[in-house]
This record gives sequence, structure tokens and C-alpha cells, in this order.
Amino acid sequence: MAEFKKADSMLEWFDQRLGVVNFAKVMMTEYWIPKNINFLWAMGVLLTVMFTFLVVSGIFLLMYYKPDVNMAFDSVNYTIMQEVAYGWLFRHIHAVGASVVFLVIYIHMFTGIYYGSYKKGREMIWISGMLLFVLFSAEGFSGYMLPWGQMSYWAAYVITEIFGGIPFIGDELVVWIRGNFYVSDSTLTRFFMLHVLLIPLAILGAIVFHFYALRFPHVNNEKGEFFDFDEEAEKYLAGNKKESKVVPFWPVFLSKDFFVLGFFMLFFFYLVFFHYNFAMDPVNFDKADGLKTPAHIYPEWYFLWSYEVLRGFFFEIAGVSGKDLGLIAFGIANAIFFVMPWLDRSPMVKPANQRPYFKYWFWFLMVDLIVLTVYGKLPPTGANAWVGFASSMTFLVLFAALPFITKAEAKKVGGK
Amino acid sequence: MREFKILAVIAALVGITYYGIEPYAHHIMHPEVAPADFSFKTLKNVDTTLAGNVENGKVLVEANCIACHAIDKAGYPAVMPNADAAASYGVVPPDLSSAGRIYDKNYLANFIFDPVTAMHLEGKYTPESGKQFPMPAYNWMSPQEIMDVVAYLQSVSPKVEGTEAHKATFEAACGRCHDMKYAGIEATTPKDNLKTYMGTTPPDLSQYIKSRGEHYLHTFINDPQALLHGTSMPRVGLTEAAQEEVIAYMEEIGDSKKAERESLGLWVMLYTFVFAILAYLWKRKIWSEVH
Ligand code: HEM
Repeated sequence: MAEFKKADSMLEWFDQRLGVVNFAKVMMTEYWIPKNINFLWAMGVLLTVMFTFLVVSGIFLLMYYKPDVNMAFDSVNYTIMQEVAYGWLFRHIHAVGASVVFLVIYIHMFTGIYYGSYKKGREMIWISGMLLFVLFSAEGFSGYMLPWGQMSYWAAYVITEIFGGIPFIGDELVVWIRGNFYVSDSTLTRFFMLHVLLIPLAILGAIVFHFYALRFPHVNNEKGEFFDFDEEAEKYLAGNKKESKVVPFWPVFLSKDFFVLGFFMLFFFYLVFFHYNFAMDPVNFDKADGLKTPAHIYPEWYFLWSYEVLRGFFFEIAGVSGKDLGLIAFGIANAIFFVMPWLDRSPMVKPANQRPYFKYWFWFLMVDLIVLTVYGKLPPTGANAWVGFASSMTFLVLFAALPFITKAEAKKVGGK
Repeated sequence: MREFKILAVIAALVGITYYGIEPYAHHIMHPEVAPADFSFKTLKNVDTTLAGNVENGKVLVEANCIACHAIDKAGYPAVMPNADAAASYGVVPPDLSSAGRIYDKNYLANFIFDPVTAMHLEGKYTPESGKQFPMPAYNWMSPQEIMDVVAYLQSVSPKVEGTEAHKATFEAACGRCHDMKYAGIEATTPKDNLKTYMGTTPPDLSQYIKSRGEHYLHTFINDPQALLHGTSMPRVGLTEAAQEEVIAYMEEIGDSKKAERESLGLWVMLYTFVFAILAYLWKRKIWSEVH
């Protein structure tokens, strides 16, 4: 064992045992972030904070929630919302937080796409990010079932039913997921387990992985500029802070994030206290009833675009039923973003608006996703069904065309 | 400047999406219906401008009503226990103590004249259905006599106010059929009778202030058929004031932390605002060294 001399300060005591001084350098004061970034680069920290809010409020909810079909609804709407001191506050933070976290995830994701932060060395950041997206989706879906309201039940019913479309194993798979032939107590308890244990653990792991993946390629910047981080860091450490292209994570980068966080939190708390219906659907304040189908069934807003891709195919094409086509399209929609780094064949790492062809693709995609989201909620009848079909097709075509568009772009800009 | 531009673009995209999935989608899924009518102006069988005579009303009530109805506050107790009453009539007949206070005068007069039309349940009690509403129509009474009855009922209704009135009105207007589990209130008519009588068990209303919301309840209670065509719930004929008491009660029970939520909300936002300003100042200081 190494010799330990008596420490002169608490810091030194810990440093001898845990190497905290070096650790703080590596993680904070000498972890370099580009200087030319805007507030969109604060989204990652916002997400980390939101996740913390969700975990903490979730722990409080867990103390009174009862995962049982006969008790769940009242344990949430009576015990937590009305009896326990500030139980309502934790529920509102949790429910609104779960919705808002997706808003920030989408902003974060499309920032990545806009600035091309998924390629040229940043592929693993992207993949780990998509992994987080999938995990958060599963977390949101499983959590929405827990209050055991009408929308909890019927959204779970409809979404689990989707797996029945998978060839050969579909029917068995649905039963396996639900733990019964229909959505029942066994479904609730297993979704409860997923929601409070398995998926949060996986998310924690994925966040660590995501942060680690950021380490070597470094964070992208507003211009997509590549530079030597070591050289810039040296400048900074030598005192040329103004010339250096980088800033340390702490305190410089985080000071900006805290500022963005402050105003974001103002917006968030406004929603939590005064405007929460978008996240806590009124229909879900009716207790689940398997015999009473609600007039309109729709998932939470963040699933609407992919739900609409599923519904968009409502008629047979070339002998394949609309249901199967929808399922295939739905599968593609959920997986396609993973391969974004390989669909984009242009070497340009630049904001989309400075890329000759990609910019059209990007804004087209944004419009299409908004159309899908809005029509995903509306009843799929009459003209709505055709808008759904057209926007679902547009979605698929956009991704099928991406390699060609970006290849043409690469040719035009000549490998820059 | 550029950051403001980015913020504006994001706000626009989020705003459009929000508009589409919330206000617009709700507008499509729940089309607006005619506004609530608290004068019940389609009911015209009785001339309600006639001044009623309380004394004569009392005589008429004793002869016609108290065989089935209790009027506890005027000293006429229930004829039989609730379970027996429900077994005899299908549903427990209401105690009329507060009828004069909570029901609209025009509605009440027309109800006595012809209950089924007043309740908007012509669809349920058709001649073919073979069903008959337990209370007979008093269309043989003269308008003057009906107004006498109304005047009497109004004269015996006790004045109540505040949260006490909220609860009393809820119990009188809704409590024969609906539970309010979160307040420990059970419908006075037993469940089995209700199911036979209504065709379905009327829902527990504990969370209806949340699931339906004030706006919907406002028109729905006034005329259920307008929003839920074919429902067996009758139009109960509450005055606007009485209906507001019912809704206030639903809120007291279903959303009991509203006041706490709204006052705490302001403090939390104020606190966050101060945090944001301090964070901004700190950021300015830190970044002045690197820019
Ligand atoms: C939900 C949990 C997530 C957390 C906590 C998180 C956290 C972070 C953090 C702290 C950063 C660095 C600073 C920044 O650019 O914001 C970052 C960067 C990044 N994240 Fe995430 N992220 C999450 C989800 C995602 C998702 C869903 C994606 C996309 C599929 C994604 C893709 C990226 C990319 C591409 C970068 C690099 C940005 C750049 O280089 O400019 N992340 N993330």
C-alpha cells in the first residue's frame, strides 16, 4: 500500500483516497467545450435536470402508489392527489415533466440533425442518444398505464395489440407482453416493474454511455468547425481565454446552461401549476373500464407522429393489407433515425441552412412530422385518413431519398 | 440576436404543433353545442307569471305529493326507507325540501305538468317502450294550481349558503343516483335498482370535475341530451346558481388542492424567476472573460 502522509485539509484527505482533484479536472474544469455554441447546446443539461426531477418526484409517488387494478386509480387520484401533503405537486411535476422531457428530447435530436452532429466521428453519440430515445419512449408508455385511467387502459390495449401483427409469433407475443389475453392486473404489475426499475436503470446506464461517447469526438459547434482541442485548451490555460476556441465545462459552459435552465424552468413550472391538461389527459380521470371504449383513443402527444405512420396505411396495396403495411411503416419509422449517420452521405458538417440540398430535406421533415403529429390525434376519417396516408408516405420517401440527396450534395460541394 | 431567431423558430414550431393537438383537436372531437339555457324557454305549458298562493299550495301538496315524497324541512318525513322506496318506484323519490330553491321556477312548474318532457326523456319513455315514469303528469291541474304548489315549495325551502349549500344541492340534485366516493357519499338508491331503472349504473362523480371539466359540465347538467344524445340521465332543471353550487362541490371534492396549487404556483415561479435572473448575471460575468 502507498504511504499516506497526514492530510492538511479535507480536500487533501479526499484527494489522497479518491483522486478528487484530478477527477474534477477531467470531468469539469478541463473538459473542453467549443465556445461558439448557442442555447441549443444547453438541451443536454436540461435533459439531465429533467431526468433528475422525474426520478425524485417518482420516488415520492412510489411511496403511495399501489400497482393493483382495484387500487391504482384511487391511490393516484385520491391518496396522492388529495390526501398526502403535496402529493399533487409530485404528480404534476412527474406527469408534466414526462411530457416536457420529450419536447426537449425532440429539440435536442433535431438540433443534432440540423447541425450534422451525428457523423464524422460522432456516430456513437447519436446511437447512444437514439437508445435513450427508445428507452424514454418505453418509460413514458409504461408510466402512462400506471394511473389506470381510461386512456391508460385503451392506449395500452391498442399499442400492445400492434405486436399482434408480427408474422408467426404475433398472437403469442401479445399474450406474453400482457401476461394475459387482455390488458389486466398482470399487465399493470409488470409495466410497473419496468417503469420503476428496469427501464430507469437502463436509462441511467445509457446516459453514462452517452456522456462517455461525447468525450472523444467532442461536442459539435454552431459552424461545424473542426479544430485541435488540445491546442485550444493550451491557449485557454495559458490565459488567452479570448482567443481560445474552447471553454471549460465548469464554470463557463454550465453558467450558460444554468441561465437557459432558469428560463426553461419558469416555463416548466407554469405548465406544472397552471396548464397541465396536455400532459394529464382529462379522459384519464375516468377509471379504466374494459367494456367501455372511449370515443377517441390516442397516445401521448410525443407518440402521435409514429402512431400516424401506423394508421396512415388503411387500405390494401399489392395484396398486402393496410394493417401490415402500417406495421411495417411503423417499424421503419421507429428504427430509421438510428441509421441517420449512414443515410447522410454528404461529408459536410454544417448547419442545415448552409447545406445546398440538405436544408430542403430538413425543413420538409419538420413540416411532415408536425402534420403527422396533428393528424395522429384527429379522428382518421374522410380527408384526414388521406392526409395521414400522404404524410406517412412523405416520411418514408424522405428517408429513402436522403442518401441520394446527400450524395448529390457531396458531389456539388466536392468533398468539403 | 441569432439566439432570439432560433428561439422564435422553435416557439413557432412548438406553437403550431400545440395548437393542432390541443385546441384544434378538441374543437374537432368535441364540437360546440348550443349554450346552456337556464330559463328552459322551450317549456311553455304553464304560465309562470301567475302569482302562486302558498296556503292553497300546501293543501295541494298534502293531497298530491306527500304520498310519495318526503318534505323533511316542512315536517313530512319519508314514507318508507330508501331501499323500499327504490323497490317500489325504481328510484328513490326526492325529498322536496330544497326543490323550491334549486329548481328553476319555469322548469319546476312544467315538470309537475309533464315530467318526461321537462326532463327531455321523451326518447326513453316512448309508448312502445312500455316504460312509464314513476311520477304521473299533473296536466289536469290548472296553471294557477301548479303555481300554488311551486310557491309553497319555494316557501319551505331553507336558505343555505357557502360550502354547506354546495353539498346540500349536490345531494338533492344528483345524490339519488350518483356516488361521490371521495366524499364518502353513496347514491341513496341501491345499485341494483339503479341499474334496472337507468339501464346502466350512473358513474361515480368524484373525478368528473377533472375528466369532464367545468366547461362541459356547465352545458351537460343543464341539458344532458345536448352533449350525450340518448343518455338516460334526465335534465334536472337546476337554476344557474344551484348548478354552480353543484359544480363547486364537485371541485371541492375532486380538485381539493386547487387553491394550494395556484398560490404555491406563483411563489415557485417567482423563485424560479429570481434564479433565472441571478443565473443570467452570473453567466454574463463568467462569459465576459472569454468573449
Ligand atoms: C434523454 C436523455 C439525454 C440526455 C440526458 C442527453 C444529454 C446530452 C448532453 C449533456 C450532451 C452535451 C451537450 C449538448 O449538446 O446538449 C448531449 C449531446 C448530444 N446528444 Fe444527447 N442526451 C439525451 C438524449 C439524446 C437523444 C435522444 C439524442 C438523439 C438521438 C441525442 C443526441 C445527441 C447528440 C448528437 C449530441 C452531440 C451534440 C453536439 O455534438 O453538438 N441525445 N446529450
